[in-house]
Amino acid sequence: METMMGLINLEHEQDFLEELTYFRSGASMPFAARYRLIDFTLSNMVRSNIQEVAIFARNKYRSLMDHLGSGADWDLDRRHGGLFILPPDWNDPTDISKGDLKHFHNNLDYFKRGKSDYVLISGSQFISNTVYDDLFQHHLDNKADVTLLTTSYDTPLPEHDKCMKVDIDENGWVTGLSNDRKKQRIFSGVYIINKALLLDVIQDCIAHYKDHFFLDGISANLENLNVQSYHYDGYSAIVNSVDSYYRQNMKLLEKTAYKDLFLTGEHVLTKVGNQAPSNYQEHANVDHSLIATGCEINGEVTNSILFRGVKVHKDAVIKNSIIMQRCNIEAGAHLENVILDKDVTITKNQALHGAKEKPFVIAKRKKI
Amino acid sequence: MKKECVTMLLAGGVGKRLGLLTKNLAKPAVPFGGRYRIIDFALSNCLNSHMYTVGVLTQYSPLALHKHIGVGKPWDLDRLDDGLTTLSPFIENEGGNWYHGTADAITKNIKYIEGYDPDYVLVISGDHIYHMDYDKMLQQHKETNADVTISVIEVPWKDTSRFGILHADENLRINAFEEKPTNATSNLASMGIYIFNWKLLKEYLLQDAELEDSDHDFGKNILPTMLADHQELYAYQFEGYWKDVGTIQSYWEAHMDLFDKDLAKLLSNKDWSIYSHDSQFPAQLIEENAVVHRSLINNGCIVSGKIDSSVLFENVVVGEGAKINQSIYYSSWCTDR
Repeated sequence: METMMGLINLEHEQDFLEELTYFRSGASMPFAARYRLIDFTLSNMVRSNIQEVAIFARNKYRSLMDHLGSGADWDLDRRHGGLFILPPDWNDPTDISKGDLKHFHNNLDYFKRGKSDYVLISGSQFISNTVYDDLFQHHLDNKADVTLLTTSYDTPLPEHDKCMKVDIDENGWVTGLSNDRKKQRIFSGVYIINKALLLDVIQDCIAHYKDHFFLDGISANLENLNVQSYHYDGYSAIVNSVDSYYRQNMKLLEKTAYKDLFLTGEHVLTKVGNQAPSNYQEHANVDHSLIATGCEINGEVTNSILFRGVKVHKDAVIKNSIIMQRCNIEAGAHLENVILDKDVTITKNQALHGAKEKPFVIAKRKKI
Repeated sequence: MKKECVTMLLAGGVGKRLGLLTKNLAKPAVPFGGRYRIIDFALSNCLNSHMYTVGVLTQYSPLALHKHIGVGKPWDLDRLDDGLTTLSPFIENEGGNWYHGTADAITKNIKYIEGYDPDYVLVISGDHIYHMDYDKMLQQHKETNADVTISVIEVPWKDTSRFGILHADENLRINAFEEKPTNATSNLASMGIYIFNWKLLKEYLLQDAELEDSDHDFGKNILPTMLADHQELYAYQFEGYWKDVGTIQSYWEAHMDLFDKDLAKLLSNKDWSIYSHDSQFPAQLIEENAVVHRSLINNGCIVSGKIDSSVLFENVVVGEGAKINQSIYYSSWCTDR
C-alpha cells in the first residue's frame, strides 16, 4: 500500500498574529476554546494514516513543544514513525542552503529514512477537519509529481488576499500560481509531492542559491512538472492575521459552522487538559458562547469564547470576546470586543472596550 | 524487583443497589461527575500519593472497566517496572475459580504481590468518591509499628447502623469491631481501606483459604481473626469528604454535593487532580436563549434549553424549549422540548 509521510513547515508563518505571537509560534496559537492551530492539520494527517510527521520550527517553539510533547495525544508516540519536532541546529560549515531549504537540507535524513514514497506538506493556517485520503488517491490516479489542495469561498475575506491563487486547465493541471486577488481558487498550503522529486528539488534549489522550496522549486517550474490540483469543498478557514483569527473564532459560535467543522468528521485531537466539566454557578448568564472545560462562571457571557479554566466572577460581563486559558475576570469587570491572552487578570470593576473591527488585545499574564 | 508497598484495588463489585446503572457495568465503571468513572478517584489518589504498583482486581461485567483503565495511562500508571496490572480471575493447571470474597481475591493473586517482595499491602476499593493521601496513612502505619492500619472516618451518630464501626483507645489502637450496630458506642466507621504487613497478611490469607465456612472477606473474617489473635490493629483517622455512592440515592446526593462551592473542589483541585480519559469532543456550545444555572457541563454539549442543578456528560444535546432540572445526563443523550 502506498503511504505518505507528513511535514508541517512553519518557516513562513512567523509573527503573523502580532503581539499574540511575540512569544509563541503561530502554530501554537490557541483556537476555538480548546485547540491550537496546529491541531487541525496534525489531526488530519493522523486520520489519513500518516504515521510520521516532522515539524520545521524556526523559532519560538517552546510553547509548541510543550503542547505536542511526545505526540501521544495524536497517537504519534510510535515505535514505527512518530513525531519529529525539528528546530534549527545547523552547524555544518559547508552548508550554503538558505531560507526554508536550510530546514530541508539539514533534515534530509528524515525523508531518506522514511519508508513512504510520498510526502504531504502543510502549514498550520488552513483550518479544516478532514482526511487526505481522496487527495492522495487523486494524486496517485493522475500520476502527478505534485498535487495541490485548493479551495474557494463564497464570501471573499481579507485573509484570502494573502493566499496564493491557482489557475488550472480543464483536467485540473495547474497552469499558473499567483497572488491575483481577482481569482477564486485558493491554494490551501497543503500539497503532496513525490519523495524522490522532493529530494531532487532540494538539491537543485540549493545549487542555484534559492531560498524558498515551494516558490523556487515548484511554482517556478510548473512547465517542467506535472502539478495537479484537488478541490476541497468542505468547511475550512484561513487564519493569517489578528483580524482573521478573531473572525474565524467567532464564526464557530454559529451552530452550522460549529457542526461543519467539528461534527461532520472525526474529533479533532488536542493535548488532553484533564479539566473538570465547566461549572455554571448561581448567577451565571451565558448565551451564544463556546465554553471549554474547567471554567467557573458566575457572571454574564455573551457571544464569546472561553478557553479552559477561565473564571468569571459575579456581575462581570463579557461580550464579543475571546478569553484564553486561566484568565480571571473579577467581579463587576466589563469586557467587550477584547482578546485576552492566557493568564490575564482583569481586576474588580475594570472596563475594557475594543472595536468590533479591531479587538483590543491584552498580552499574556498582564494584570489590569 | 522490590517495592515497599503494593496496592490492591478491589474493582469487581456488582453494585446491586445501583440498579440499572450496573446492569451491564461494574460499579467502579459507573460514570460520575460529568466526565469521570467512580474508579478514577481511587486511581488518581494512587498517583497523587505516589502509589505506583497497583493491581486492579476485576470480575463482574468488566469490558467497559477494562477499556477504561487500559494500561493505566491517564493516571501515569503505564510504567516500566510496575504500574497498573489488571488482575481478573483465571485458571491454572490445578484449576481455578471466580473470586469468592475480598480476601479470596487477594489470596488468588499472591504470586502477583510476591513478585514485588513488598513490606506492605494497601487494600482499597473502587467505589468511593474522596481525595486521600495513602502515603500519609502508610507513614502512620510505620510510626505505630502496626500490623494492620484501618482508615476510619467519623460518621454522624444517626448513621452508625449503616457502617462497620470500630472502637479504638486514645492511641488509636483498635480493641473491638461491630458490624452495623443498632446502638453504637463509637462513631468511627471503617472506610474499607487497609494497610497490612504483607508477611502477616499472607499467613492469615492462607489460613483462611482452608476454612470451608469462611466468607473469605476482610471485614467479616480476616480482621476479626487478627483482632482475636491480639495483633496490633490501629485506626487511621481520615478527615475530609468521603462518599460511598453505592445506592441511587447516595449517588445522586454526591452529584448534588458538587454544586456546593467547597465540594466542587472534588473535581477541580489543582493540587489533587482527578484524571480520566478524554474523548476529544469540541468545546460546548451554549446557544442563544439558553439558560444555565448551578450545573456542570462537559465538552461536546450543545445547549439551547434551560438547565438547573444538573450534570451533563459529554455530547449531550439539550434542544430549544427543553427544561432540565436536578438531573444527570450521560454521554450522547439528546433532549428536546
